[in-house]
Amino acid sequence: MSASRSYDIVIIGSGAGGGTVAQELAPLVRDGVRILVLEKGPRFADQEFTGRELEMADALYQDGGAFLTRDGTMTLGFASAYGGSTVVYTGTSLTAPQRVIRAWGVPGLQHGDLTRRSAKYAEQNNAHLLDDPLINDNNRLFVEGGRKAGYLVEQFPVNVKGCRGSSLCNLGCPNQAKQGTNRVQLPRAERAGVEVVTRAEVLRIEPDRTMTVRVSQKAAATKGAPSEWAPGDYQVRARIVVAAAGAIGTSALLLRSRLPAPRSLGHGFTCHPALILVAEHPHPITNDVGHPKSYFVDHAESERFVLETCMYFPFVTAKSLTGLGATHSAIMHAFPRLQMILILACDHAAPGNRIAVNRTGSPIVHYRFTPETIDGLVRGTRAAARIFFAAGARRVHAPADPPLLETTDADHLEERVIARHFRPGMLAVSAAHLMGGCAMGRSAADSVTDGWGQVHGIPWLRVADASLFPDSLEINPYLTIMGLADRVAEGVRRDLAIARD
Amino acid sequence: MTLPSPVFRAVATCVVPEAGRLASAQWDEMEAIVARAIAARPRAVQRQLALFFILLEWLPLLRYARPLSRLDPARRTRFLDRLQRAPMLLLRRGFWGVRTLILMGYYGRPAVAGEIGYRADTRGWEARR
Repeated sequence: MSASRSYDIVIIGSGAGGGTVAQELAPLVRDGVRILVLEKGPRFADQEFTGRELEMADALYQDGGAFLTRDGTMTLGFASAYGGSTVVYTGTSLTAPQRVIRAWGVPGLQHGDLTRRSAKYAEQNNAHLLDDPLINDNNRLFVEGGRKAGYLVEQFPVNVKGCRGSSLCNLGCPNQAKQGTNRVQLPRAERAGVEVVTRAEVLRIEPDRTMTVRVSQKAAATKGAPSEWAPGDYQVRARIVVAAAGAIGTSALLLRSRLPAPRSLGHGFTCHPALILVAEHPHPITNDVGHPKSYFVDHAESERFVLETCMYFPFVTAKSLTGLGATHSAIMHAFPRLQMILILACDHAAPGNRIAVNRTGSPIVHYRFTPETIDGLVRGTRAAARIFFAAGARRVHAPADPPLLETTDADHLEERVIARHFRPGMLAVSAAHLMGGCAMGRSAADSVTDGWGQVHGIPWLRVADASLFPDSLEINPYLTIMGLADRVAEGVRRDLAIARD
Repeated sequence: MTLPSPVFRAVATCVVPEAGRLASAQWDEMEAIVARAIAARPRAVQRQLALFFILLEWLPLLRYARPLSRLDPARRTRFLDRLQRAPMLLLRRGFWGVRTLILMGYYGRPAVAGEIGYRADTRGWEARR
């Protein structure tokens, strides 16, 4: 028999969305409101962030970072941990572009309001521009090459405090410098009396507002603390439920729950499919030290791509290079001379690209690359190659045949880098900006929630994560998620006040 | 699934030629990493991988009248190179999966960082001064 618990508010997930809602509602605890956060992943101790690639990927990411789309042509990266994916992002802090919010056309959602809310969290999480002495050669060359090649290069504000430049952000900061919800919002919420239970997966939400929650045991020789609750199944009842388990987690949870959710649930999935491009310089550069992602070029509106500086680890780098054999090995052995650029394609919601669940309730992501998305990757690759060559690289490794572009190819990129070499299954495309599935909109006929994250037809259920996005955001999403979550928290406070009155 | 060692090693030495110089203990280390990764995948994925390894071993019979593990390295590499550009998504995807596992096994070994000059350190800039 499973144990029963009862709360006023249950928040499912502790990332950018869940962590924000927890902090914003925490003052209600003083008035006797009982708030619980359920997080599927564990709580890690500071010393457990070792920066070792496979060890950390296994501990932090769903399927060790190898969660595949249904047709196996793209990996999706998302974390399960106290702090959700904010534990593994690089902390790049941008607010939503006005044109994107306007194009979303969500009734009641104004760009100005969203920006104001996002800015609050940018300040709270110490988002700022890094000082020049902290910028490594990998980033500096991007700036130099980008400007020489005629691109507008912009600096990312990043939300770090005391960054030592380990370059290991995507494996969880070993120095606790990155100001994710695990460092800022969740500890504040807990200090105010919000209860956070880790290793607690919500299996279903019933129409009577009862959730079936499975608390798992910590396996031997694995990272993370045991759960705050004893392992086993629980029936948790709440007056208000906020689902913030990420685009995939929330959509899958609502799909396997017996709720009268709108028909578009799971649809409209987008993800900024990304390619890692590598170039070799004639001399060693500082690349695997320093914050990895400090600059970007935004061509989302005109050419459907964004370029960002990046630096990855040996295995991720190896799998991102196309081809095999001696050429591949030669590039890997040039690691100290490698410059890297991440190309993000700005995909748009397309019919068929959706989140579903299989017979056991596990998420399946259906995703097909549209010709426009492929075109974004092709154009982005050409632009990245131009930047590499302008920065002094002697060769660029890209999806081409053969995959090495020499300096003599610099003037022939239109012929060398073509869509034929970007067929799905031929290159390592991955995505970490997972969006959509519970889109905001006008009514149940066109969306899953309203502009305040309330699920149409289910007034006690709200969504507070990137699944709310009706379409691609075209920039790094965490501040927008926090801004939307802030609205969701406001909506919950309003509901509670009405209930009291 | 059990990793079919001869086919795995035959493919691995084409994907990463330096793997041919690995000592027995290093092969074991590499295969243990791959086996762990496979064990963590869903059953359906494990079944697909096991089938694909069989396909990899026997598909070259059609062209070279020999299984993959008995081809010379040049032919093996040519065969795998064709496979990664195959018109059928199933073949491209299958090869991509096996290639990814091999690269994980090889480049996921802690010793490889020193071999390729990867020096990231949790102490960041301080470790370089």
